[in-house]
Amino acid sequence: MFENLDALLLARIQFAFTVSFHFFFPAFSIGLASYLAVLEGLWLKTGKSVYLDLFKYWLKIFAIAFAMGVVSGIVMSYQFGTNWAVFSDKAGPVIGPLMAYEVLTAFFLEAGFLGVMLFGMQKVGKRLHFAATLMVALGTFVSAFWILSVNSWMQTPTGYLIGENGQYLPGDSWWAIVFNPSFPYRLVHTVMAAYLTTAFVVGAVGAWHLLKNKENPHARTMFSMAMWMAAIVTPAQIFAGDMHGLNTLEHQPAKVMAMEGHYQSHPDGAPLILFGIPDSEARTVRYAIEIPKASSLILKHDPNAPLAGLDTIPDDEEPPVPVVFWSFRIMVGIGFAMLGVGMWSLWGRFRGRLYDMPWLHRAAVLMGPSGFAAVLAGWITTEVGRQPFVVYGLLRTADAASPLAAPAVAASLLAFVLVYFTVFGIGVWYILKLMGKPPHPGEKGVKRGDVGPIRTAGITPGPTQNPGGEETLPREKQPGSTDREPA
Amino acid sequence: MDLTVVWAFIIAFAVFAYVVMDGFDLGIGILFPTFAVGRERDRAMNSIAPVWDGNETWLVLGGGGLFAAFPLAYAVILPATYPLIIAMLLGLVFRGVAFEYRWRDPAHQRFWDLAFTGGSFAAALAQGMTLGALLQGIEVEGRAYAGSWFDWLTPYTLLTGLGTVAGYALLGAAWLIWKLDGEEQAHARKLAIRAGAATIVLMGAVSLYNIFLNAEYAERWLSAPEIFYVAPVPILTAIVALSMLRAILKERNSKPFWLGIALFFLGMSGLGVTIWPYAVPESVTIWEAAAPYRSQAFMLVGVALTMPLIIAYTVWAYWVFRGKVADEGYH
Ligand code: HDD
Ligand code: HEM
Ligand code: HEM
Repeated sequence: MFENLDALLLARIQFAFTVSFHFFFPAFSIGLASYLAVLEGLWLKTGKSVYLDLFKYWLKIFAIAFAMGVVSGIVMSYQFGTNWAVFSDKAGPVIGPLMAYEVLTAFFLEAGFLGVMLFGMQKVGKRLHFAATLMVALGTFVSAFWILSVNSWMQTPTGYLIGENGQYLPGDSWWAIVFNPSFPYRLVHTVMAAYLTTAFVVGAVGAWHLLKNKENPHARTMFSMAMWMAAIVTPAQIFAGDMHGLNTLEHQPAKVMAMEGHYQSHPDGAPLILFGIPDSEARTVRYAIEIPKASSLILKHDPNAPLAGLDTIPDDEEPPVPVVFWSFRIMVGIGFAMLGVGMWSLWGRFRGRLYDMPWLHRAAVLMGPSGFAAVLAGWITTEVGRQPFVVYGLLRTADAASPLAAPAVAASLLAFVLVYFTVFGIGVWYILKLMGKPPHPGEKGVKRGDVGPIRTAGITPGPTQNPGGEETLPREKQPGSTDREPA
Repeated sequence: MDLTVVWAFIIAFAVFAYVVMDGFDLGIGILFPTFAVGRERDRAMNSIAPVWDGNETWLVLGGGGLFAAFPLAYAVILPATYPLIIAMLLGLVFRGVAFEYRWRDPAHQRFWDLAFTGGSFAAALAQGMTLGALLQGIEVEGRAYAGSWFDWLTPYTLLTGLGTVAGYALLGAAWLIWKLDGEEQAHARKLAIRAGAATIVLMGAVSLYNIFLNAEYAERWLSAPEIFYVAPVPILTAIVALSMLRAILKERNSKPFWLGIALFFLGMSGLGVTIWPYAVPESVTIWEAAAPYRSQAFMLVGVALTMPLIIAYTVWAYWVFRGKVADEGYH
């Protein structure tokens, strides 16, 4: 009995660990794929070499991030079966097909065109190459669509029947399953989160190089593009988050109670707790700093509306409050910090001094990793907030696990921790090294050594490989020139 | 026709596509230490760099398809082979990142080459052993795996694991015969002959073992009238193996690779005969494991619409990078 409890806890830690690691890469590669498509499109349209240089600069980074996303993703798709066998057996008929659609419509698309995107410019020509870039970007989005539909169904299951053997079976309409109530909100919020994550990374790299040389035209272009994203998408993201919260209040009220720290019901207007220390034993938030009635105002649009608290939820259906409470505040805090940077950049832009504001640049560097933190905090809110269920209201996490011995799971967890920290740690280090080099005219493509079909294709300067060799992409003639590439 | 049968064939097709396509990638990884540092290694790596990701995606389709069409089989097989699956996944992690990392860090290229080999070897061995574990039977109670967590480790599974390693090495060498030229191609020929011999010996050993492993398997292969239907499989296998040897010795370019695929196809057909109609041999039939009709039908629409496109753009991607690795790009 105890052994099983341990195995369950270990399986949960393993899942949380591997999925969190995995999601770091999509959060970046979804946005970056679109950014690359935009850069290549701008290059084709305007012929300005700065866009091509930036494209090549970020392509190298993308290649590494994407490889890490792929290998960590394959782990995820097998983990449902290895560690959550009961869940797989029961929910397979409903969510399995959605995941199969993800493979068919998204993973093959990304993977099929990735080779051409990375190495094929000289072989297929500019337009077809651009088409390949677009397909990869589209693939990342379609992938997010399906997997978020799956996750949302687990949060707000609809459109299913329960079979005699205990399986959840599809009802009359797949529509009701795919477009379950929380899905549209989660899709919009998560895709924008990926765009913001990328924007802040790009912005930080641009700002870093501006701090070293504020004349660098490449750094200027990146920084300016990123700050437009920050200024426009952050408000939209905050609005979407608010709508998402209202939807959650309707479908998963206990989660919102935990986010808000409402242990008790408030019959006439609930306060908004900004900060405090939730104490689940005493069922109160200590040292709370609160705005009276503001929570009712936000959630019900009426300061005096009654709001139920966790006292209305059976004890064994309560999510762990402190984790949800804190992760939610971290996400929202970062959201407002992003908004601050976005507005600051707008102000600078209108004064015509965007490239001349070292403090803004320093802030942008500091905010570089903020998207990752917000995304992780958001997912923790979402996932921990639905506990103790894995399929909300239907299947408890504790009942969903595989019949595995604790030592087996402990060993695999240890292996994942060691391998992920080393392998992905080193990958992140390589990415940071690439980011540390200033983007420059005549940027080279993805390096592939001295030979190969990829030989003309792709070579970045390396001391031993290919001194002064050719590159993936047709090269612009003049540094910073704006002429069109000869056809 | 029965949708469950259709789905059994779709999954078998995905597994076959994975085995041959990622098979030659993994095979190149397994053979990597025998290549000279520098040009030979770079060329071998470059011959698969643009396509490995697409090849690996068939594994996701195989696993995802099993989850969707036969959830019970997925829920039984994966816990039963837990350490193997985890080892395979971790092997694929090392193998996958090596494609990028080895170019990023010339100072540690040797290390990433080693990771490439280790990862490929581990993944291939684990895949072969998983197959063996499945064939030797999995203990099931109710709707769950009921064995212990070391049931998968037997002499038989080691044999199937090694057979897979040899078979992948054969495919990898055959691919390199096609993509390389000069001395490197000659080296690939030598490797192909050795790997081919090992593959045939191990394939034969596994087949014999199968007959002793399980009375039902023996019946399927040895009793009349079944024997007349199934006899062509071993006979064709022998013919294909010999033609392959000839093609290598006659220095044919792409023929050894195609015959290698044919060899794997025959091997898979043999497996099909052995397992049918079980999803988990002896315990769960494909019908018992099947998802309901509505799930299978919904996915079948997706397969019918997307599979032609997937095959089209996959072929296109291979076409873009056709030809010898070094011949190209000098113009
Ligand atoms: C919102 C987006 C999102 C989320 C929530 C997830 N993923 Fe993911 N996944 C992607 C977005 C993505 C992507 C953008 O499509 C990736 C990242 C990098 C890449 O190569 O594709 C990817 C890669 C990726 C791959 C490799 C695909 C290939 O071979 O090309 C697999 C098998 C999975 N994922 C599976 C999962 C599973 C089982 C998840 C749930 C636990 C999951 N992903 C969460
Ligand atoms: C990629 C973004 C995601 C992140 C960062 C994430 C994070 C987490 C975390 C932190 C937990 C642990 C909660 C706990 O045990 O208290 C969890 C649980 C879980 N998540 Fe997610 N999740 C993500 C996406 C998904 C998706 C897309 C699915 C389904 C397809 C999913 C399925 C599950 C399942 C089955 C559990 C239950 C196991 C458990 O409690 O550990 N998650 N997730
Ligand atoms: C500041 C305003 C924000 C608000 C009010 C907000 C609101 C929310 C809410 C209520 C949830 C939980 C949804 C559920 O019930 O499961 C959520 C989840 C999430 N948030 Fe935010 N959010 C904000 C900012 C951000 C930012 C800036 C990011 C990332 C850049 C982000 C990324 C996420 C992610 C990835 C999730 C998990 C997926 C999901 O359920 O949509 N959020 N957010």
